[in-house]
Amino acid sequence: MDAILELRQLSKRYPAHHAVRDISLAVQRGEFFSLVGPSGCGKTTTLRLVAGFETPTAGGVWLNGDRIDHLPPYRRNVNTVFQNYALFPHLTVRGNVEFGLRRTRTPNVEDVATRVRKVIEQVRLTGKESRKPSDLSGGERQRVALARSLVLAPDVLLLDEPLSALDPQLRKQVRSELKDLQRRVGVTFLFVTHDQEEALSLSDRLAVMNAGVLEQVGTPQEIYQRPRTRFVASFLGSMNWIDDIGVRPEAIRVSHSAPPGVASRCGTVTRSTFLGSSVQAEVQLESGDRVLAQMPVDGNIFAEGELVHIFWNSLDELRVP
Amino acid sequence: MKLRTLFITPAAALMLATLAVPLLIICVYSFLTRGAYGGVEQPFTLENYSRLLDPLYGAIFVRSFWIAGVAAVLCLVLGFPLALFITRSGTRKNLYLSLVILPFWTSFLIRTYAWMFLLRDTGLINTVLQVLRIIHEPLPMLYNNGAVILGLVYGFLPFTVLPLYATLERLDKSLLEAAADLGSKPWDTLFRVTIPLCAPGIRAAAILVFVPCLGTYLTSDLLGGSKTILIGNLVQNQFTSARDWSFGAAASLALMAVAMILLFAARGRGEELL
Repeated sequence: MDAILELRQLSKRYPAHHAVRDISLAVQRGEFFSLVGPSGCGKTTTLRLVAGFETPTAGGVWLNGDRIDHLPPYRRNVNTVFQNYALFPHLTVRGNVEFGLRRTRTPNVEDVATRVRKVIEQVRLTGKESRKPSDLSGGERQRVALARSLVLAPDVLLLDEPLSALDPQLRKQVRSELKDLQRRVGVTFLFVTHDQEEALSLSDRLAVMNAGVLEQVGTPQEIYQRPRTRFVASFLGSMNWIDDIGVRPEAIRVSHSAPPGVASRCGTVTRSTFLGSSVQAEVQLESGDRVLAQMPVDGNIFAEGELVHIFWNSLDELRVP
Repeated sequence: MKLRTLFITPAAALMLATLAVPLLIICVYSFLTRGAYGGVEQPFTLENYSRLLDPLYGAIFVRSFWIAGVAAVLCLVLGFPLALFITRSGTRKNLYLSLVILPFWTSFLIRTYAWMFLLRDTGLINTVLQVLRIIHEPLPMLYNNGAVILGLVYGFLPFTVLPLYATLERLDKSLLEAAADLGSKPWDTLFRVTIPLCAPGIRAAAILVFVPCLGTYLTSDLLGGSKTILIGNLVQNQFTSARDWSFGAAASLALMAVAMILLFAARGRGEELL
């Protein structure tokens, strides 16, 4: 195991609330690691503790084996892509990308120019070096923010919801570009998001946070298929709870007649939605619980008010404490 | 009449009556001949303006611009750190801002007299220094350029702190974090990010001090004595003891013209005057 970034028993307590509670995790070199959770869960505070904008109340941060939590941000070899990008409005694209390189004690002019040209090429901004941030599109601004950080070759790149400022159409495209870029440059990413789909599709591993606590760490498959807490099960994807057993909507089957040989429940279809590639039905059971079922389009389509039976394969049951 | 027209009418009428009309009158006066007992009479002449070319008045103009410039720069140098400090004072911000404007509760005249009591030969500072035997002769602190600049800086410091505070407060804090994140030390961030981004506010604060200092006559009269005559005192004298209204009018218009030319020349590219 080659951990590049390690958080040990990290806590951050404000007068009014306890933002981060006793978090320990290790991020591996070259990994795309996500911190995911609802807003206010402490994920951004955790990122800011790593960047150095906050000091921990307890615990520590190790980077490459060195303790860094007492260092100011400008002495840590990590860089941040801010949620609003925080590009310097008075500088051009080149000025923004050069900013960090010029802050070193003896900037080598040729070296700066070469590195800037290379990184601007990597994020496909060649030809736009002389523009001001106000003359760029949202996607271009995000790439300037990436280039500005990547040019410094950080040990870990911290990304604070970098896709949330983009419109939904662009977001999916930029998402795959981001993954490609990370693979190409090989930098470790610590990515903060509240979007579970983003976290599942991008990450090598992810950590789910809730109310300042780390609920579970693992690969997307592990966490989706074997959630350790009810919170994780419900937060990543949707989940039906039937008598304390969790069943994903895509594992629920619906039919008009009771299926032979398996346990089934009776209910009434309360809503039926055509989603293009699938059909979603909401069924109200006799117990009053509502169950969501997601089925392929080729099956039967159920009308609202119909009496149906729902069932599932026992292998798809999730038992969560 | 539209409501918005109605709303601006009182202010516009006041400005017209007390600024535009008197300015027009001053403009006409400056081209007339002085009357024997004050006032103005025919014929029209350019003589008032040609008199201003006299080196004596040139020296007064240069001194006025020099003193106003030094006062404006000192106000910025003192005011910017103070404004920065207030911006970062968290819950005590409002207390500090109130302290900045507290002197306005006393008349400017009284505060200027207070400086005289401090600075004069038999004043507090000289007396204390002499009693402590640090000096034997009183230091000449009053009735010189230094005293005028001190009085102006003291009087106009709040006028720089308030706009600078407003500018700094609006500055996006994430830009400062981004600078630190990219390896910039605090001093570097101040000169590379904070000051460049506050440039319009800094320029506005400078103009807000420079322009009134140019026309000042009270401070220079009380703290400068007879040795430090500024344009303001020159104009005041022409309208009072010298009874040369037309020359006073020409001098004040010339001051306005030179000040405006300088401000236009100093404004940033593609920016408005203020």
